[in-house]
Amino acid sequence: MTELNSDLEHPVYNYKVVRQFAIMTVVWGIVGMLVGVLIAAQLAWPALNFDLPWTSFGRLRPLHTNAVIFAFGGSALFATSYYVVQRTCQVRLISDRLAAFTFWGWQAVIVAAAVTLPLGLTSSKEYAELEWPIDVLIAIVWVSYAVVFFGTITKRKTSHIYVANWFFGAFIVTVAVLHIINSASMPVDMTKSYSAYAGTVDAMVQWWYGHNAVGFFLTAGFLGIMYYFVPKQADRPIYSYRLSIVHFWALVAVYIWAGPHHLHYTALPDWAQSLGMVMSIILLAPSWGGMINGIMTLSGAWHKLRDDPILRFLVVSLSFYGMSTFEGPMMAIKTVNALSHYTDWTIGHVHSGALGWVAMITIGSLYHLIPVLYNRERMYSISLINVHFWMSTIGTVLYIASMWVNGIMQGLMWRAYNQDGTLTYAFVEGVAASYPGYVVRVLGGAIFLGGMLIMAYNVYMTTRRDVPVQVPATSASAA
Amino acid sequence: MTTFWSSWIIVLTIVTIAGLVWILFANRKQPKEIDQTTGHSHDGIEEYDNPLPAWWFAMFVITIVWGIGYLIFYPGMGNFKGVLGWTQIEQHDEEVAAAEAQFRAMRDRYLALPVEEIAQDSKVMRMGQRLYSNNCSQCHGLDARGAYGFPNLADEDWLWGGTPDAIKHTLVNGRNAAMPAWRDILGDDGIAETTEYVLSLNRRSADPEKAKLGEKHFQTYCVACHGAEGKGNVAMGAPNLTNGIWLYGGTEEQIAHTLRVGRNGKMPAYGENLTEDKIHILTAYIYGLGN
Repeated sequence: MTELNSDLEHPVYNYKVVRQFAIMTVVWGIVGMLVGVLIAAQLAWPALNFDLPWTSFGRLRPLHTNAVIFAFGGSALFATSYYVVQRTCQVRLISDRLAAFTFWGWQAVIVAAAVTLPLGLTSSKEYAELEWPIDVLIAIVWVSYAVVFFGTITKRKTSHIYVANWFFGAFIVTVAVLHIINSASMPVDMTKSYSAYAGTVDAMVQWWYGHNAVGFFLTAGFLGIMYYFVPKQADRPIYSYRLSIVHFWALVAVYIWAGPHHLHYTALPDWAQSLGMVMSIILLAPSWGGMINGIMTLSGAWHKLRDDPILRFLVVSLSFYGMSTFEGPMMAIKTVNALSHYTDWTIGHVHSGALGWVAMITIGSLYHLIPVLYNRERMYSISLINVHFWMSTIGTVLYIASMWVNGIMQGLMWRAYNQDGTLTYAFVEGVAASYPGYVVRVLGGAIFLGGMLIMAYNVYMTTRRDVPVQVPATSASAA
Repeated sequence: MTTFWSSWIIVLTIVTIAGLVWILFANRKQPKEIDQTTGHSHDGIEEYDNPLPAWWFAMFVITIVWGIGYLIFYPGMGNFKGVLGWTQIEQHDEEVAAAEAQFRAMRDRYLALPVEEIAQDSKVMRMGQRLYSNNCSQCHGLDARGAYGFPNLADEDWLWGGTPDAIKHTLVNGRNAAMPAWRDILGDDGIAETTEYVLSLNRRSADPEKAKLGEKHFQTYCVACHGAEGKGNVAMGAPNLTNGIWLYGGTEEQIAHTLRVGRNGKMPAYGENLTEDKIHILTAYIYGLGN
């Protein structure tokens, strides 16, 4: 394996662990999205469940969510945070061995998840389905991660801590707290445990965790990525330091309150629902602060978007980020939620964040990162990055547009009633009407996955030392 | 909620919102020059210290003001109920009451009429069909022809009786049908023999000798529910075994399986979920299907 070659080692920084996580980001991205396309196809064509327990939707869906969030997103966060913290603190990671432990430990967690979830071993907590022995391993790996990351910061050679590291730091600390509290349980045997909480309290702890998995794992962590790779790729200063201060503190202070909007009109007490809704709406401005700081960093450098598909990935991801962080507060309003809750709109919202924001900023930053890690001038093919960009954008748009249509249609069909007061539609009529949207979603997801396969080829060719990089025919430079 | 926890929530909320306002206004001061960097450089990345965008600042302030207003009017601050005294339970009850006021009188007109009569009314049958598709079709199918373990409602065979009163009783109270498991009592041979007898009731027996042995078991154990002639008993929901209609399948193997392990049929009670007038209309619909 070329990434183990010692001539790739940087004189100061530990690039090996970054390289490992970066490559696994691509691998797990393909695996997770492949499962996603399969379960999307199962909803359109149920025969694809194959009448086997291990391949049924109910078991593969958590495999998909765990794979894309924790395997793909997690590996991306490990790779970029280890890279950024070293580069911006001008110091090597404090411990190569502990960093290597986080890599192998995290891969072990992912493999354990890929085995246990299809076997039906689950704690049944959404996005926290893994059973307690794996939860313990996650906690150990995560604490090691925190030690490596914060330890490196304490040894920094710069006076200030760069803003990207604030976001990485908040993400690491909060995810540790969320994971440990939400996963607290009483084991029965090695493969079975019961939650420490019951009833409404359990639901509230679950969504306090669930929403902040979005807020800190998928938002704060990836804003950390944004704050390094956007100014770096655009070669421009960050737009506003004071804006980053305000929106960082506002974001971390407010996000933690927003969970109850997942439990509107349920057994959760009214006061908790209201606070969740109010804080969700106040969250709009802090969320947009990151988008403004990213996009305005390009002011004076807009022309670069013409030639640089990597920058296009980063900027379009910020646009999707802005869109989904507007949509989120809107869906948290009770009257909107009464229509959108339990429909495909929620799935569309999640994916405008997951595909449009998380995946696209990851892809853009990897295209910046891979050549650096392999000591190449640029990626093997810039035009393939461009193809990937358009596939990702079109795939995301098809996915979220089909789910908007499905979600709003389902919400309206469920509440429609006749002049005699009876419901106009049986539930199954809403399912039947959703079929075209489900097919379009499969198509969008498959296009997005196809782009990932092109990326894998491009990354592979970049890592091969014997293949020269392709010189783009039109653009002068993109690296 | 105790006063302590109520105060805890109020204090935490106020501190959070006050903190937001403070950090927002503390950073409002305009720097002297636009595009002035802070002087930091991290791996070559510099930072401008541009002012907060005015529209963004305004949006932030508006959402905070709106949030404070919401917490004054609606429940949120611990035990404080909000000026409007709104609760989700009341909202639900009001919506239900409004719907009842709008539709109840119309349905109550039908409640006064006998089931046999309104089952002839196409308007009632349409209403009943929509009630059926949202409450019953999950088990009995959209066409009411049933499925494995769920009786066909569109034929003339009724497990618990097909009179309006019997149907209404089924809807309001539900039904529990229990066929015991006979494996331990009859043994494998006994099961095979009884199966052969049940087949002979439908003139499908291939082995009259075996069926004769089975008849003995039947007259001992099965007769109490299914009757001497195997024609069933609507008082206990025991199916007629002679008419070729099989709730759990009529192949030799399926019948033997039913005898071996028994069956438990459960129709849920809808008396608590549906109002009396809706039950009446639904009764008429189901009565109309099977008659």
